[in-house]
Amino acid sequence: MIRLERRPAPSRFWSYMTPVLAVALTVVAGALLFWALGYPAGAALYQFFVTPVETGYMRAELLVKATPLVLIGVGLAIGFRAGVWNIGAEGQLLMGALGGGAVALAFWNEDVPGLIVLMMLAGAASGAAYAAIPALLKTRFNVNEILSSLMLTYVAGLIISIMIYGPLRDPQGYGFPQSRIFHPAATLSPILEGTRLHFGAVIALVAAGLAWLAMARSLFGFQVKVVGQAPQAARYAGFSQPRMVWIGMLLGGALAGLAGVIEVAGPVRQLNDSISPGYGFTAIIVAFLGRLHPVGVAIAGVVIAMSYIGGENAQIMVGMPLAVTGVFQGMLLFFLLGSDLLIRYRIRLRKPGVAARPAAEPVPAVAEPRVESA
Amino acid sequence: MTAAATRTPLLQLSGITKRYPGCLANDSVDLTVMPGEIHALLGENGAGKSTLVKTIYGVVQADAGEIRWRGEPITIASPNAARRLGIGMVFQHFSLFEGLTVLDNVALGLPGRSANRALAKEILEISRNYGLPLDPQREVHTLSVGERQRIEIVRCLLQDPQLLIMDEPTSVLTPQEVGELFRTLRTLSAEGRAILYISHKLQEIRDLCETATILRMGRVVANCDPRRETTSSLAQMMLGGELAPPGVAGDPSTAPPVLTIRGLSLASADRFGIDLEDIALDIRPGEVLGVAGVAGNGQIELLRALSGETVSDRPDAILFQGEPIGHLGPRARRARGLAVVPEERLGHAAVPAMSLVENALLTGYGPKRLLSAGMIRTGETRRYAESIVADFDVRTAGVGAAASSLSGGNLQKFVVGREILQEPKVLIASQPTWGVDAGAAGAIRRALRALAGRGTAVVVISQDLDELMEISDRIAVINVGRLSEPRPTRSVTVEEIGLLMGGVHGADAAPELVEAAQ
Repeated sequence: MIRLERRPAPSRFWSYMTPVLAVALTVVAGALLFWALGYPAGAALYQFFVTPVETGYMRAELLVKATPLVLIGVGLAIGFRAGVWNIGAEGQLLMGALGGGAVALAFWNEDVPGLIVLMMLAGAASGAAYAAIPALLKTRFNVNEILSSLMLTYVAGLIISIMIYGPLRDPQGYGFPQSRIFHPAATLSPILEGTRLHFGAVIALVAAGLAWLAMARSLFGFQVKVVGQAPQAARYAGFSQPRMVWIGMLLGGALAGLAGVIEVAGPVRQLNDSISPGYGFTAIIVAFLGRLHPVGVAIAGVVIAMSYIGGENAQIMVGMPLAVTGVFQGMLLFFLLGSDLLIRYRIRLRKPGVAARPAAEPVPAVAEPRVESA
Repeated sequence: MTAAATRTPLLQLSGITKRYPGCLANDSVDLTVMPGEIHALLGENGAGKSTLVKTIYGVVQADAGEIRWRGEPITIASPNAARRLGIGMVFQHFSLFEGLTVLDNVALGLPGRSANRALAKEILEISRNYGLPLDPQREVHTLSVGERQRIEIVRCLLQDPQLLIMDEPTSVLTPQEVGELFRTLRTLSAEGRAILYISHKLQEIRDLCETATILRMGRVVANCDPRRETTSSLAQMMLGGELAPPGVAGDPSTAPPVLTIRGLSLASADRFGIDLEDIALDIRPGEVLGVAGVAGNGQIELLRALSGETVSDRPDAILFQGEPIGHLGPRARRARGLAVVPEERLGHAAVPAMSLVENALLTGYGPKRLLSAGMIRTGETRRYAESIVADFDVRTAGVGAAASSLSGGNLQKFVVGREILQEPKVLIASQPTWGVDAGAAGAIRRALRALAGRGTAVVVISQDLDELMEISDRIAVINVGRLSEPRPTRSVTVEEIGLLMGGVHGADAAPELVEAAQ
């Protein structure tokens, strides 16, 4: 018989170990899935987990994919810590790409020094402005930010479409829904010869470092944690919850917007309808896999980036459908949330016959229904 | 009521031992309850009273020892088994559905009974016989705390128990309601039913009980007749040491008020909350002002209005040293020297999962200057937490321990200490000794008096009238969101306060008592 027993205090060991356990379970379940679908499990797993770190180019690609995930994940993690559930980072990313891209396209044939900085500011501002909508709805009308931010993501996709089919379409582009290619002054050039690794990776790393400092050492980080864990204590201490909703949303939006503009200035170099393969959604998994801790998010970003590259490899080399990337990400989140149970509970195995003495059980408070207390 | 050496004890526990991980809750406890006896079980929080009672009621199984019921050795496997034997229990926290009637609630607690006319008749009969007036058709949310307790008692009595366990039954009652309850308990005792009465209110035990078993750290340290003991001798047995004398309530201060409240009215944000109506109060440096009242009469709302957690749209409703602060939030009020100890320790006064260091930072960041350029001065913060722990005798594994790992009393000492060490000009403390053992409660009361001695104006909101009579210079009473005119403690009697506390609840306080007091 298997029984769950509540731990006296949450286990620190398991809060670090469950991400590792979740990754392991995903590998096992993935192998079973490949085998059941009739693919060679060993070869598929090899494509998934070994090829992405085999060559220097692949490792650089890994970091290219990890860059937006870490940037967005860091922002989301801070919001989630404060109990602000911004699910719309994908939309904020697209709006950031649009805002930054618009600046780039305004100077498409001019060499403007510092244009890239201007683009980043515009991108971050656009992402934050888009995230301000759910923040306003939440603080003014108590609209659930999960729903509003999620739905606005689809609106953002349509706005991008309008722009690249309309005003921002490349006049020499034979009618394809995409913008002009950016001027070199509006792009992030590779920082490693022969790869696509760009300066954005450094920005992501710096963002994670600053976030860590803020969360661990500043009053701001402390406020985030208190508001998230004990709203009543936060009010008592004078930390305003609506203010935290604003900060959580705007910060998440700004970083997602920054990730968006870095994507279009780095690997993509134009606006089109495939700027992001769902980075904004995947970053939610990254944030949780990284335990909502900036350093953890940086590590988790690289791990999850593997699923993008691994998925592409598996598609090319083993002929698996690309949907396998999403399946892997989904399984990972599923196993992570499932195994997180171990942080608060322990599993007790016991033979049915010996169960007679419940002496060591936690004491149930009252046998009757418990609704009212004086 | 007689010495019954020849009779068979109703309940006899011998050598009951119960070990929890890291703590020996009951260590070879013996307890004998005779039929018809009102038997006190006395001890500090953590002395093992709850574990022992849960063993008797079948919630907990002892590791060792024997239970005899009417002389027969038995095991009590569950509360249902206990009820079948004839053991009933009235818990400190009630288990009632607010939206249902008295009848429905009674029926729900009785397996196999439904809310029909026969049951209503039985309820009325019992309530008449034992002086527990109750209307079976009333909905629970319309009832006072005292009436709710009666439902629990009636529910127990319907099962015809031979032993009734009462867990701190008077902590939520007005003095008049306490008198009523005692009369009922004496009637039950006269019928031959035994009562096991758990309390740490020593005066009550002396008034009511004929035998007392005193527990300390899981062991029985004394058996006595409380009627022949003094309050202080009982306290000594319970604590195992001499209690330091409490601060003496002095003359009301005549200094100009540091905090002036005029016409403070606030609608509660909570649907079931209490609206504050036209609160007026002057609080002077160096005095302790007590606010008495039955729980749920606006104490929570009053605390929030004073702390700034709810703000008034009239800035001049609250004046701090003449300056309007009614519109200011907690941070701005704290910066001026107004500190607050909320009633709820975990989740309001402290963040449960955070360490004591972080919880010291929670309110200390401003007054104790624990920040520099927005960053936390970790060394200073740690030293501040350590000084709270040292000065207020907080028993903890260290300042890195989570707030939730501390016992209630120790966490309360930490919270009170945290506010006191900020040397506030005004300290408002709500239920500062609620659920705290007698030793820690004494320490907290002395610390509050000492703070007033240094010139701070202290407001204590409490349901414990004895506590307020002991430490306050003046007492006011809050009832349904209205605050009475404060009166000097020296010139007011417990009965007068009790009547004010009764207020609207006076309807169910015994009419003859109200007349007698007038």
